[in-house]
Amino acid sequence: MQAFADLARGFEVALTPENLGWALIGVLLGTAVGVLPGIGPALTVALLLPVTYKLAPISAFIMFAGIYYGGMYGGSTTSILLNTPGESASIVTAIEGNQMARRGRGAAALATAAIGSFVAGTVGTIGLTFLAPFMVQIGLKFGPAEYFALVVLAFTTITALLGSSLARGLLSLFLGLALGLVGIDTLSGQSRFTFGIPQLLDGIDVVTVAVGLFAVGETFWVASRMRHDPDQIIPVKGTVWMTRQEWARSWKPWLRGTAIGFPIGSLPAGGAEIPTFLSYALEKRLSKHPEEFGKGAIEGVAGPEAANNASAAGVLAPLLTLGLPTSATAAILLAAFQRYGLNPGPTLFQQDPELVWGLIASLYIGNVMLLVLNLPLAGVWVRLLAIPRPLLYAAILVFAGLGTYGMSGSAVDLVVLYALGALGFAMRRFDIPVAPAVVGVILGPVAEDHFRRALQIAQGNYATFVTRPISAAILVLAALALIAPVAIRWWQSRRTLTPVPPSPVEP
Amino acid sequence: MRSPRRLILFLTASLIIPALAAIAAPPAPAAAQAECAVDGFTDSPIEIMAPAAPGGGWDTTAREMQRVLQEEGIAPTVEVYNVEGAGGTVGIAQLVNDEAGNDHQLMMMGLVMIGAIATNASPVTLEQTTPISSLTAEFEVIVVPAASEYQTLDDLIAAFQADPTAISWGGGSAGGTDHILVGLIAQAAGVDPTQINYVPFSGGGEALAAILGGQVSAGVSGVGEWLDQIASGELRALAVSGVAETGDATPEASADGAAAPIAPTLQEQGIDVELANWRGLVAPPDISDEGRQCLIALVETLVASDAWIETRATYGWQDFARFGDDYGTFLGEERDRVTGILTELGLVA
Repeated sequence: MQAFADLARGFEVALTPENLGWALIGVLLGTAVGVLPGIGPALTVALLLPVTYKLAPISAFIMFAGIYYGGMYGGSTTSILLNTPGESASIVTAIEGNQMARRGRGAAALATAAIGSFVAGTVGTIGLTFLAPFMVQIGLKFGPAEYFALVVLAFTTITALLGSSLARGLLSLFLGLALGLVGIDTLSGQSRFTFGIPQLLDGIDVVTVAVGLFAVGETFWVASRMRHDPDQIIPVKGTVWMTRQEWARSWKPWLRGTAIGFPIGSLPAGGAEIPTFLSYALEKRLSKHPEEFGKGAIEGVAGPEAANNASAAGVLAPLLTLGLPTSATAAILLAAFQRYGLNPGPTLFQQDPELVWGLIASLYIGNVMLLVLNLPLAGVWVRLLAIPRPLLYAAILVFAGLGTYGMSGSAVDLVVLYALGALGFAMRRFDIPVAPAVVGVILGPVAEDHFRRALQIAQGNYATFVTRPISAAILVLAALALIAPVAIRWWQSRRTLTPVPPSPVEP
Repeated sequence: MRSPRRLILFLTASLIIPALAAIAAPPAPAAAQAECAVDGFTDSPIEIMAPAAPGGGWDTTAREMQRVLQEEGIAPTVEVYNVEGAGGTVGIAQLVNDEAGNDHQLMMMGLVMIGAIATNASPVTLEQTTPISSLTAEFEVIVVPAASEYQTLDDLIAAFQADPTAISWGGGSAGGTDHILVGLIAQAAGVDPTQINYVPFSGGGEALAAILGGQVSAGVSGVGEWLDQIASGELRALAVSGVAETGDATPEASADGAAAPIAPTLQEQGIDVELANWRGLVAPPDISDEGRQCLIALVETLVASDAWIETRATYGWQDFARFGDDYGTFLGEERDRVTGILTELGLVA
């Protein structure tokens, strides 16, 4: 196969000592910025662009790719240990990962995230090597109607996050949807719920919402309970590494997460968030231990972490084959290509095969480096939790504030962060789950934009969602995801003839 | 206010700069311009605010300007910082409110900011700033997918006139350059601008994907964005938004870097519209006239330098330099034109 020969040439380029050095710098930097909330890979690459002007393009891109993948690995660390997701793709990881850390299995959570990221990154890169042109052709068939259907499918995740009370879960969801409305409406250019504050015109960043509700809210809650509960340091239970049982529960979610993440990541407007939600919902459905979800189920870390890394590989498919940037980092990478006078797109593979295949080969190498780097680090990171609570939570507050301020350099965002922290505190006080609110903030605006865009293109004809075959198929899948569990339970309860109390929520 | 952010940037950069120091070339001295009457003006650092996120057009232009100014020795110390938000209206508010009188401060801005000030009803406007210079311009291109039934601009305009809502235009954010161009085309073609079916996509490649996939009838963007897709034949360029006389899409008809036109201009095809997505610089209010002259001299030296001409060629930016009062007049004209069309589009009350 031609791809093998090309890839071999790519490895020749990427395996020179100099380029290996750049890859190492890239993954180290990427891990560092992934761990720090507020500084993502996109910002880092943007800031490094002028500095790398004197480098050979291939070296610069190998380093950038390392930053990109490294950021995806590093993002999970703070999510799991500190409940402070550094970027939107690792928000779902925080839900189960932080619970695992509290039960003393933080190192195992970090390990399953790292290995899952490695598996997904490698499988995703293989997919990129061999399937990129094919995936992209399918991706172009997706229009706003199909994306809306996909978001509807992702919304079914909510049922996995609602918690014990339907009313409380939905209250949280609608709070999130309302927060998502703040800012300039994409389609009409008009501002909504900004109260004349210019800093709110761009909306409230999802990371700010997640950090505010999860980390700041949690800190307030812990502070308020300080005098009531004795200070206890979370012990690391059992072995630091993953147990045999944890391995057994992780490998299928890794593969399933990859299978969800790569195709959706390669869609032009797929993103990394939707696959993490879908993976989480799927793992809860398929798990033999659904009761553990919300209390630290390892599947809920393994699946979404694999999904977000696979989607990171998927994002490169449209970028390299069509010149289509589908994430913030990809957009900056595209700018970098142009900076070097290269035009990613249909002609890049012919124009500069050494660069493209060298870049792809460096992704394999970067993945191995990141695994080697992150597995031993898991044991080190987890000792953070041995810090006494007042110090740990003070550090979390500093971290959250610094990250939020670092994203935009705006004091208004800090006010928003603490207001959301107060809201998160109130939600904990009244036993309202915070996860559905975060889902609402992420998916609400996406759903609205695609819904209205689809209608605008179809000139107001609602039938567009069901007459387009891909859209209709996904909507049917979403309906099944909602109805099937209820129907199966109903059927089982009929068969066993045991009276079951009416339950408004499914598992 | 800004120092913690700078610290973060510094820390990020300091991790990598040592590794790169070996390859960095020594700065070449350049001839100083005579018009600046202040001795040692450039001894103090010049600060450039990019009122948008790192990586965007304003940020890229500011950072390239910083690089050329320093490497050519035009100004030894230049700092770039970002104040994000709302199409630059957060940045302009900070410039006017916090930096008045500071003649070592510049802000990158452009056509998009004029639109954002109007649509966001910004209390601070460009009239409060001190115009220094425009720098670069990028023209717009109108494309259709290769499989489209519209072979020429005439075909597209005829269909647009027959049934305005049946033609969906994909482009950037509502009220941005792409949307403004479609509005101007509608006016010139005698179509009611409120009938336009404009579908805004949020950045990245979403608009490109929608056009390649045939989700929208036509697409509008800066000429540099889709060059590769046009070259490979996946997109068909129907028109560019330059002026007709030169045909090379350059208003100042600068000889350098002007590539062969990818399509005839709108004006050449009977649609009397020209629009450039230009970028320029303004200074804070109430700066001294000497300071203003020095800043203008600084930019004059910059745009005349070979390094800057080379940078423009790399990015495909056209030369679009107008200085001082000329530039101020131009700003006023653009404001009237942009606000007018945005009002017709229903984006400005």
